[in-house]
Amino acid sequence: MKKFGERIPQGLFFIVALSALSVLALITVFIFIEGVPLIAKVGFFNFVFGMKWAPSLGQYGIFPMIVGTVFVTLGAIILGVPVALCCSIFLAEFAPKKLSNLVRPAIQLLAGIPSVVYGFWGLIFIVPAIRNYLGGPGLSVLAGSIILAIMILPTVISISEVSLLALPPLLKEGAFALGATHWQTIRTVLIPSAKSGILASIILGIGRAVGETMAVIMVLGNAVALPKSILDPARTLTTNIGIEMGYASGEHQQALFATGIVLLVIIMILNAAAQYAVRRK
Amino acid sequence: MTEQTKIAIKNLNFYYHKNEVIKAFNLEVRANEILAVFGPANSGTTTLLRTLNRMWDLIPGAQMEGEILLDGKNIYSPGSSIIELRRKVGMVFEIPTPLPMPIFDNIAYGPRLSGIKNKAALEEIVENALQMAVLWDEVKDRLHTSGMRLSGGQQQRLCIARILALSPEVILLDRPCSGLDPVSTAKIEESLRRLKEKFTIIVVPHNVQQAGRVADRVAFMLMGSLIEEGLTAEVFSNPKDKRTGDYITGRFG
Amino acid sequence: MRINPRKTQLMARIVIWSAAIIVLVILFSIIIYILSKGIPHITWQFLTQIPSDMGRSGGISSAIVGTLAVTLVAIVVATPFGVGTAFYLTEYTRESVITKIVRFSAESLAGIPSIVYGLFGFIFFVIYLKLGWSILSGGLTLAVMILPTIIRTSEEAIRTVPPMYREVSFSLGGTKWQTMIKILIPSALPGIATGIILGIGRCVAETAAVILTAGSALQMPTSLFSPARTMAVHFYILASEGISLEKAFATAALLIILILLINIGANMLVSRFVAKGH
Repeated sequence: MKKFGERIPQGLFFIVALSALSVLALITVFIFIEGVPLIAKVGFFNFVFGMKWAPSLGQYGIFPMIVGTVFVTLGAIILGVPVALCCSIFLAEFAPKKLSNLVRPAIQLLAGIPSVVYGFWGLIFIVPAIRNYLGGPGLSVLAGSIILAIMILPTVISISEVSLLALPPLLKEGAFALGATHWQTIRTVLIPSAKSGILASIILGIGRAVGETMAVIMVLGNAVALPKSILDPARTLTTNIGIEMGYASGEHQQALFATGIVLLVIIMILNAAAQYAVRRK
Repeated sequence: MTEQTKIAIKNLNFYYHKNEVIKAFNLEVRANEILAVFGPANSGTTTLLRTLNRMWDLIPGAQMEGEILLDGKNIYSPGSSIIELRRKVGMVFEIPTPLPMPIFDNIAYGPRLSGIKNKAALEEIVENALQMAVLWDEVKDRLHTSGMRLSGGQQQRLCIARILALSPEVILLDRPCSGLDPVSTAKIEESLRRLKEKFTIIVVPHNVQQAGRVADRVAFMLMGSLIEEGLTAEVFSNPKDKRTGDYITGRFG
Repeated sequence: MRINPRKTQLMARIVIWSAAIIVLVILFSIIIYILSKGIPHITWQFLTQIPSDMGRSGGISSAIVGTLAVTLVAIVVATPFGVGTAFYLTEYTRESVITKIVRFSAESLAGIPSIVYGLFGFIFFVIYLKLGWSILSGGLTLAVMILPTIIRTSEEAIRTVPPMYREVSFSLGGTKWQTMIKILIPSALPGIATGIILGIGRCVAETAAVILTAGSALQMPTSLFSPARTMAVHFYILASEGISLEKAFATAALLIILILLINIGANMLVSRFVAKGH
């Protein structure tokens, strides 16, 4: 009799848990349903490698946007990861407890600031600075990279810091006992040991950079052409969708969903890579 | 002491992931006695206790064969209620674990689970349980403070009171005094002696001497098998099996 | 040529401290800039009037209401599903293929870009379920977006409840359900609440997913089916279309203050969680 009473909550929880799975499936299904017909119509290679994006002429090549995404993300990683790593080492190894207890929430705050605020700030400070000191319209790949570098700092810092803190203290003590300086220990023992966690944090940072939309829209310039230098404006896969979704319809709209499919695939690959990196401990 | 059998364990075999940890175990526990099941570590004593209140189904890879009868009825028969069983057969664990709530709510937890809501009824149950566990005088003025602030010995008596609140018939104790000082240990052993008038008690002592102090009958368990059992005085002075004697005198441990 | 390790140590220290200082300087300059330019324009009228003249004058009351409404819908929907899934994963299953799939799904959901959520919300809630651009569409989309966060933090919170508590409860005749209600939820509550608060923070800050599903209407929403604007969306439109720099700063300042409060709330809960002895 009591056993029956146990079955109801168990069944309920099972249904609820299945919802997490179904939602993911639902998202994939609906995006694919909308986007695949267009990819089929235009042709996979024409879509992914096509150089011209001109919906009014029926042309849907997203290669410039892929290049835009790659450049901007690469720039963000080059600018952001070294700073983030140093900061995580700072928190894990150099900062006195009171300081790290202040700095950590500050970095959390950085993570919570709306992306549109970052974009706005970039528009006011970074873009004119680039225009005045480096040339070009200011709205550029460089601006996008700088803003994204700032935005991925919290992700890379916090996960790397956790990885460093999780190392057994014996590792450090062993190195010190052999006469290594603090920095030598960090460089030769701690960082290599925390490698998988740090790598995972970088991959997740890449994921964030690839997926960011609003901040990038505001500083990238949104020219549909292939960027030839970091001072050129460009479009990314995300900003393409963000800008045109407001007024797209019919085939054009389907093309944006197809862009979404490409994004989903990229993110899934990155996620799998991150999980693999963590497991390789 | 009556000769009535309270619990009969018949041909018990117990496996963890195909390893046999209890082998062909047969034992009878008499009503209103204190039985100590003792043996070296990993002999299966804790597992044995857990078969008596069906607390092993949370462990993956565990399997059981045989019968366990409580008052003549197999506790593993398909229709029988695990909940009812656990109220009748209470367990005190090795580490005193007060729940994160006031003392009163700790004791009242079991009765509330079984549906008792009346405030006056609960107050009476809690007081009786604490009296029987010899803890009432020490905590009666702070029933609504957290149970976690008590000393180790007090916490363990709290755990005893907690199951007494359910009016059980059998009390299982798994090394109840490990980690406690001698004074607390003595208090708990004293309360066990008083409790056996109303309950049947099976205890796994954390050393042989405790079995000698507290138990009416003892059972020596080695590597999952029952080596011998009988009245405490007889087994301790004239063990029938050499291994029993060796363990009791400390030749191995 | 070997560089003296003491010298490299010193250089390393300089570089690392500089990195930390750079990060802090960036953070504070952004926040102080926005707050200093925006707070002067946060007046009582700003908070209580609806925008007029496309937002050049008036206030942002409709956006405030929009933000609250959309966030409320998201939390009300996501919390039971998220906490329930967490309980299912920890209490009702052994590690198996199904739990691995559920966990993988939750992790994957966490990485999906918000614009894709916007696309999904648009095609599913706005079009397919015919909810139109509305608070409901926006809220449900956000609910899906914060679901993984709530699942993850709840699962962690439940896992840190000492296993002995479950044993004790079962040995006293408790069912899984009773144990959950009387012991697990109260103990895990601070951790679960932290996840919910973090979810709230995400909802308040989100723009891309909301603009595609709740729309950008300026009027005060009247029901769950009304289209609405959130503060983040309002700020975006004001800033990117150059409508009013003043109002933009004020909106951004309000947003930042809100996020700050939310973060402080979450941190306080975490300290209570830790203080309970973990």
